Amino acid sequence: MITLMLTDPFMQRALLAALLVGVTAPVVGTYLVQRKLSLLGDGIGHVALTGVALGWLVGAGMGLTPNDALAVPGAVVAAVVGSVLIEVVRRRGRTSGDLALAIMFYGGIAGGVLLIGIAGGSSGNLMQYLFGSISTVSDADLWLTVVLSLVVLTIGVGLRHALFSVSHDEEFAIASGLPVWALNVVVAVVSALTVTVAMRVVGLLLVSALMIVPVAVAQQVTHAFGRTMLAACVVGVVVCVSGLTITYWHNVSPGATIVVLAIAVYAVVSLVAPLLTRGRPAHDPHPDLPDDVDLPAAATERAAAAAKECR
Amino acid sequence: MMDTRRTTEAGEPVIEARGLHFRAGASHILRGIDLTVERGEVVALLGANGSGKSTLVRSLVGINTPSEGTVRLLGQPLGSGRGAAVDWSRIGYVPQRAGAGGGIPSTAQEVVASGLLHGRRLRLPRGWRDQVESALDQVGLADRMRDPVHLLSGGQQQRILIARALVREPDLLVLDEPVAGVDVASQEAFADTMRRLVDGGLTVLVVLHELGELEPLVTRAVVLGHGKVVHDGAPPRARHDHEGAGRRHRHPHADDNTLGAEARVLDLEVRP
Repeated sequence: MITLMLTDPFMQRALLAALLVGVTAPVVGTYLVQRKLSLLGDGIGHVALTGVALGWLVGAGMGLTPNDALAVPGAVVAAVVGSVLIEVVRRRGRTSGDLALAIMFYGGIAGGVLLIGIAGGSSGNLMQYLFGSISTVSDADLWLTVVLSLVVLTIGVGLRHALFSVSHDEEFAIASGLPVWALNVVVAVVSALTVTVAMRVVGLLLVSALMIVPVAVAQQVTHAFGRTMLAACVVGVVVCVSGLTITYWHNVSPGATIVVLAIAVYAVVSLVAPLLTRGRPAHDPHPDLPDDVDLPAAATERAAAAAKECR
Repeated sequence: MMDTRRTTEAGEPVIEARGLHFRAGASHILRGIDLTVERGEVVALLGANGSGKSTLVRSLVGINTPSEGTVRLLGQPLGSGRGAAVDWSRIGYVPQRAGAGGGIPSTAQEVVASGLLHGRRLRLPRGWRDQVESALDQVGLADRMRDPVHLLSGGQQQRILIARALVREPDLLVLDEPVAGVDVASQEAFADTMRRLVDGGLTVLVVLHELGELEPLVTRAVVLGHGKVVHDGAPPRARHDHEGAGRRHRHPHADDNTLGAEARVLDLEVRP
């Protein structure tokens, strides 16, 4: 049965796409969680929808067949432009930024629905982008996915220390003379590329889940940034590939299956993780330092006894 | 390592600020500050809460963009050219407290390693693990290398930030209240580390609320009051009526920004 699935060319393409998305989305998601921008992926996803419709409109104007040939390139352009705009707004000041972001999100969805109508389509045509359509991945789509994934991974892994620095403590990065603004734009653009890569697999509305939920899972079992990223990638690949495999035999939405699976893993890990860490022997967390105040003899004795208990 | 460093041109100040003004909305926080720090000096920046100490050091390292005035670091201008000419490998900055940090736990090793990145260097150099370990060793936390920073105590987190600045072996260290809320034993350990580094030629600008354990090291004090330099010279004595064991507990080093300058008296007596 497994060989049947693996020899199916549709399934081969879909599995490769799922594998790439499973690795790239958590890499970028780790930086977004680190800088507390977990919802940025959602925002970019909304803006990308306008790009899809815009691509459709241009494609229809040029008489291209199929009429959605430019949908994915359109989404890439819109997502990149949108993410850079979000970064510009974020830099200007957070209070007004919040409102501007919200307007951008709604504008993205409304613009998409409006433009698709003008292009002669219906909002139904947008469904495959909103919720994913991995079974219709074409060779051209796959190539774009491969190239964009490689770009994202090269930047996300190659520059991880610099991106960690700006995400962890932006002010220290500025005081170190790092090109903070450029690095922030890099994170934004890489997020945009990831959104468009993942669009075909899980859909624009669920993209963010694939970036964030694996990181949330990993965070419960690791206490280091690097390991969190690694563990999140493992979780991402496992849920993407197994979710897709399930849909080969059962007629359910791949995107939704993958996301539900990821959340299920999160729930299981959050129940199991405390049991695993409980038995771990810990050293005394209190350093053995003299007190700033002179203590009576009885208190000193009690302090010594307390130190013994901790060992 | 110090002797292999490029040195500042003879007589060129390490820090040179001219006519600095900083406005945030309607408040005029820095009102025309001139400050020069020469090579080898240990300058304490003192003043009441809200007098502009933190704003000043943040302007000196590029975090705040001054409304008016110029800053030169190691002879190179900071500012419009994005500070590209400044040799950041020779400058270490220690913020007042660990920021909110990121949304993901990070180990002491990871945080300190980020201090090895500066200017155009975006990747860690070979042997970075040894450099990080020796920086953590200098602040007495080498055994906590793999511990997540958010589980360390406030004083230990402060030492992690100091290690992050020391790891690049700077010639100039800018510290913003490095011993606020740190117990006496740790303050002494910090003073010992600083003494060793200063003997090796380090230049220091340190924001302090009181001179404390660093007093013997400080060569000059600059006192800010209401956004202006009100004293620049010999370190002032602490007020006698404030001395004694109870003092530390009566001044809980509250956040500079939460207290208006008017609400606090200048905590120092300036010698004429």
